[in-house]
Amino acid sequence: MKKFLALILVAVMALAAFTACKKPAGEDNKEDVKGEGVMTYAEYVAAEIDAEVVVETYVQAKQSWWEDKATVYTQDHDGAYFLYEMACSEADYAKLVPGTKIKVTGHKSEWQGEVEIIDATFEIEEGSFIAEAFDATALFGTDDLIKHQNEFFKVTGAVVEAVGQDDEGNDAAFFYKWDNSGEDGDDLYFKVKLGENVYTFTVESYLCDNTTEVYNAVKNLKVGDTIDCEGFLYWYDGVNPHITSVVAK
Amino acid sequence: MRSIIKRILFGAAAALVLAVSLTPLAGCHGSKGLKEFEIPEEFDTSREYEVTFWAKNDTNNTQVKIYKKAIADFEALYPNVKVNMRRYTDYGKIYNDVITNIATGTTPDVCITYPDHIATYLTGKNVVVPLDGLFGDPKYGLGGSEVRFDAPTKDEVIEKYLSECEINGVHYAIPFMRSTEACYINKDLVEKLGYTIPEKLTWDFVWEVSDAAMEKNADGTFKINGQKVMVPFIYKSTDNMMIQLLKQSGADYSTPEGEILLFNDTAKSHLYTIAEHVEKGAFSTFKISSYPGNFLNAGQCIFAIDSTAGATWMGSHATHHDIAEDKIIEFETVVKPIPQLDPEHPQMISQGPSVCVFNKKDPQQVLASWLFAQFLLTNEVQIAYSETEGYVPVTLKAQDSAEYKEYLSMEGADNDVHYDVKIQAAKLLLDNVDNTFITPVFNGSASLRDAAGTLIENTTKSVRRNETVDDAYMEKLFSDVTSLYRLNGGRQADSVGKKELGMLPGTAKALIIVLAAAWVLIGISRLLVVLKKRRNK
Repeated sequence: MKKFLALILVAVMALAAFTACKKPAGEDNKEDVKGEGVMTYAEYVAAEIDAEVVVETYVQAKQSWWEDKATVYTQDHDGAYFLYEMACSEADYAKLVPGTKIKVTGHKSEWQGEVEIIDATFEIEEGSFIAEAFDATALFGTDDLIKHQNEFFKVTGAVVEAVGQDDEGNDAAFFYKWDNSGEDGDDLYFKVKLGENVYTFTVESYLCDNTTEVYNAVKNLKVGDTIDCEGFLYWYDGVNPHITSVVAK
Repeated sequence: MRSIIKRILFGAAAALVLAVSLTPLAGCHGSKGLKEFEIPEEFDTSREYEVTFWAKNDTNNTQVKIYKKAIADFEALYPNVKVNMRRYTDYGKIYNDVITNIATGTTPDVCITYPDHIATYLTGKNVVVPLDGLFGDPKYGLGGSEVRFDAPTKDEVIEKYLSECEINGVHYAIPFMRSTEACYINKDLVEKLGYTIPEKLTWDFVWEVSDAAMEKNADGTFKINGQKVMVPFIYKSTDNMMIQLLKQSGADYSTPEGEILLFNDTAKSHLYTIAEHVEKGAFSTFKISSYPGNFLNAGQCIFAIDSTAGATWMGSHATHHDIAEDKIIEFETVVKPIPQLDPEHPQMISQGPSVCVFNKKDPQQVLASWLFAQFLLTNEVQIAYSETEGYVPVTLKAQDSAEYKEYLSMEGADNDVHYDVKIQAAKLLLDNVDNTFITPVFNGSASLRDAAGTLIENTTKSVRRNETVDDAYMEKLFSDVTSLYRLNGGRQADSVGKKELGMLPGTAKALIIVLAAAWVLIGISRLLVVLKKRRNK
């Protein structure tokens, strides 16, 4: 019986861990009712950098946990919040499955264009919401894209461009790390053309490691492939999405 | 009464069983471990060896290629040795992985590391190989007769760098590369503000110019650059900043034995100065704002302090950059030593990777590892790797070579291998070797270093968040940081080498208590039986 229960537990945890790299299950269609003293997304956006912020949001994916600090992608019905190195025990980290509602108190910060919440603490609340990927295809190259920073998104019909040349001088569809100085297991970088512009997309290895479908899908890309992608609209000196799904057409 | 005695006896027996069952656990601490490494008479080349090398490179593909070439060249010389490289770009990650692998007995054979980290590795018994014996071994030592490559002799390794790998009188590493910090300056912006960069940079000058750069136009842009963003002074490594400020002030940081002296009035005074300039928006850090080079290259920073090993990211024509091309502005970059409190007696940190060899059951395996580590000191590796950044080779053999001298002489010949900012950064260190210092190394010195940086990071954040920074704040900051990094003892965990085992762990203490209690109870029960027998008589 104990073995059976342990197996069930392991299966549930594994399912939760991989959910981030698969298509979310959909949303609950409820509006956010913010608790007392909690900011709306609009108030969060309006807050100054370094200001204290209090938000209620829902876990969409977890990037990493280390030394009681968790980095988490979250979103409510109005917008997204990237929680960088939030104080979190390992036991609590296990509870942060996709959909979990949390109240977060921290400070708004900006690092190389990425607006995030740092030095945060959180408490788990009742409620659940998993965002559906919004179609950002037409927004790439427009000033409106940044309004969706950190949101779960999708693009369709992106064309893979060469990210650079490999050691043999051939066009490469992806690099391990931005300059190909990495190896299997490191972040993957690839470039896609959307409209007239070329963007760098990243498979963040802490979010989706080399055992995930997306990691291996990117490793199989070829220059010129047309793909659909999903991920989070992370920013690094411009949009630099963290990709969780790639489907070649 | 009988029942009570029975219970006591049962308890004693149970305690003995428990004690016996705990013995293997307690025995693991210190008493077991690898045997001390002894240099074999001969390297057994009839056997095959696999050497695991944990390497650290910057985000720099050329460094990766140099490592790969070094491995291939070494394997060609020693066909019976295969070197498997695992690459890291973060010293902290190597440190954490080594700690994890010490516990499981799966350390790498050769590892790029920092002496601060080795001090912690040394808390395990015979985990890291002491290298003094190997240095002087006539066959396989530095430049030994049986070494199959042109290795430097011990005298050809720069003494100062070699001494940085010494912990309590024993060398546990060899230096690999050395760097220091440099201040990369946008000369155009300094002059636009009406200043001239002095020959010797001072903190007063940097603060004054930084404050002056904060003036704004009516539309909210900064007068100096016409942009919405200007952070005149950004420091990459705030632990270095505090350490160097204390050293330049002649203030305490720690003793060689591990006594923590960081939390002093001089440190507080420096934090107040930093707070004053953060308040004006004139100062920030890498952790808070991002890479100094990105701001410098975008014309949003005047003084960017970063390692000389980050020189290829600095300046309009930097070899590396990770901001959009159209954001990079054209300006003249001046490379200076970090600001000084006493410019006549400059002091700056010495940093850079070292290499340690981990002990294994098989001395032949260790010897193979040592030979590979030694290969990293050959001119071919030293010169090639140093040219990838503002590093300098750690051997006189490499520094004095015609090849290296020619490289230095070609400063500015191109924006690639001979990028002027990079070569100026390397020359900065070559000219200041005698002005460099390191901090004492002991078990816990890595945490103390983190604490030094956290003092600056937290103060900077607090000012930005409009918190009051006063004596009460400082008192709490010192207390919080002390707790965070477990520096409460005043003297850190036992200085390496002085005490091999340190404090007994909880399991061992429990075992001793249980054993003692069991023997006391057995004694009492025996006494009661004897007394009963006597009474019956």
